Amino acid sequence: MSSADLSVLQRPNDRLRRRRWVNRGMELLAWLAAATAVALLGIVVWSVAKRGASELNLDLLTKPQVAFPVPGGPQGGLVNAFVGTLVIVGIATLMALPVGVLVALYVNEFAPAVVRRGVGLTLDVLNGIPAIVIGIFVFGLIVVGHGDSGLAGSFALAVLMLPLVARSAIEVLALVPGSLREASLGLGVPRWRTTLGIVLPQAVGGIVTGAVLAVARVAGETAPLLFTTAVGVSAGADWNPTHPLASVPVTIFELSDQALESQHAQAWAAAFVLLMFILVTSLTARWLANRSRRKLQRAA
Amino acid sequence: MSTYDATGSAARRPFSGRRARAGDLILQGVAGLAALGAVVLVGLIVYKVVQGSRLSLSTFGLGFLTSTGWDPVHSQFGAANLIYGTAITSFGALILATPLALGVALFLTELAPGWIRGPVTALVETLAAIPSVVIGLWGILVLGPVLRDDVMPQLHSALGFIPLFGPSSSGSTIFTAIVVLTIMILPIVSSISRELFLGVPAELKEAALGLGVTRWEMVRGVIFPYARGGVAAAMILGLGRALGEAIAVAQVIGAFNGPIHANLFFQGNTIGAELANEFSNATSNLELSSLFYLALILLVFSLLVNLLAQVIVRRVARKQGLVAQ
Repeated sequence: MSSADLSVLQRPNDRLRRRRWVNRGMELLAWLAAATAVALLGIVVWSVAKRGASELNLDLLTKPQVAFPVPGGPQGGLVNAFVGTLVIVGIATLMALPVGVLVALYVNEFAPAVVRRGVGLTLDVLNGIPAIVIGIFVFGLIVVGHGDSGLAGSFALAVLMLPLVARSAIEVLALVPGSLREASLGLGVPRWRTTLGIVLPQAVGGIVTGAVLAVARVAGETAPLLFTTAVGVSAGADWNPTHPLASVPVTIFELSDQALESQHAQAWAAAFVLLMFILVTSLTARWLANRSRRKLQRAA
Repeated sequence: MSTYDATGSAARRPFSGRRARAGDLILQGVAGLAALGAVVLVGLIVYKVVQGSRLSLSTFGLGFLTSTGWDPVHSQFGAANLIYGTAITSFGALILATPLALGVALFLTELAPGWIRGPVTALVETLAAIPSVVIGLWGILVLGPVLRDDVMPQLHSALGFIPLFGPSSSGSTIFTAIVVLTIMILPIVSSISRELFLGVPAELKEAALGLGVTRWEMVRGVIFPYARGGVAAAMILGLGRALGEAIAVAQVIGAFNGPIHANLFFQGNTIGAELANEFSNATSNLELSSLFYLALILLVFSLLVNLLAQVIVRRVARKQGLVAQ
């Protein structure tokens, strides 16, 4: 480069000034983009909190929904929806967690490289299938012939959870140091004992946080439940998963389409409870996950 | 600690070779079955959806994709307007979300002071945790009225000569759906982009800055070309998410099954929204089967989109010798 070029760089001139302004403008836009993203979260959470928190009362969690509400009439609550979500999500977790962990164990401890990639791709594909298609799949698989039930809804949610649980378990298992496996195998402990007794306990914290994140993710899902466990308005809290059960997301979905102010108020209150549950659990799980990952990385 | 326990028990109670081998086989078999189950599950999903849509497939064939209207009384079903609505809402959301997401990612990797990065990253990713039904509730009761009163009329009077920005009448419009979808796919695109930008080697960035270019010129000349393929994959994944979103869109788009129109400020419909609204109300086998056909279209879209994104990610990873994602 000639010295003339260098002097251009050293002495501020119009060209340099313009480049600096463009740079400043672009930096400002990036700041604005980040501020917009954070503001969007703030606006949505604030809207829900402002409208939902004031509608919170004990009736919401203890009284059943009123089938045909009239303005000024009794409000009722949404206990059937809350109980239903508890049952459906609980059973879905019981279905997805063991299978997800087994898939991860297979991928990490046993599978040859080709199979590992194949299963990984399958999990990605499963993860990418829209929730509403999963709902329709379960409708075709179970509901046609057996009718709506909480169990059908649980199965649909479990299909959504499986790739989430397996993916996070695979990531955590991969962080367990190979030296632990080798030490155990070298002492003559058989492979299955090593896997279940040494490798899995090291990863259990991460697997649990992954499962909690998956629960937080599917607890708010509406689409898989819409055609698998939808009911009108049931008489009260129902804990039996073989019955069609109400759920919080489906109830919000239906209430948001209604005309009465009191129904919108109930929808906001339910949305507030759901959102708080999801935000608290997912933020806590994320925090725990980061901590245990750091710990495992330090151990490795 | 657990190492100590295991060696202790192994020493106390040595394993016989046969028992050890049987245990290995059982665990490997059970875990392998679970993995096989996941693969079978994907196949079963495809099979069930195809099976459900068989009646509609044989009645309408591919003409289903090009005809319009949803008329249970005359048994006439077509998906053209739904496909159009799905495409325009998804691409609209992608057009709004991508620059925003790239801005967020650049802010988080290049501009933000250290203490702010962690919290802002967590906040943006929290946006992805909000259930779609809650975003939809907010969209119909809060966002819709604001757009109807304060945004769409102004855009119409300023840009009304473009057919996209026609007159508005309600808060439930294609535009509302686009804004809602933008919020939902922003975190995906930005978090993948952030990881990609973090993967750009510091030597390249420093070399560019050392030559005296401004930070933006370094971003344009080094970061963007380096991360181009990955950003494309992130956009495709965001698109896939937007295509498949049913609930929030169903709440805000107004379920209009009339002819295709260009006006963003008018009601529309998408495949996902039609499924969410109509599936429980199907009155005939042909209608139910046509709804399965719609689900099949969504399924094919989502499979294509995901495989395409995977191919891109893998090619980029191979080219750069780093493991993306």
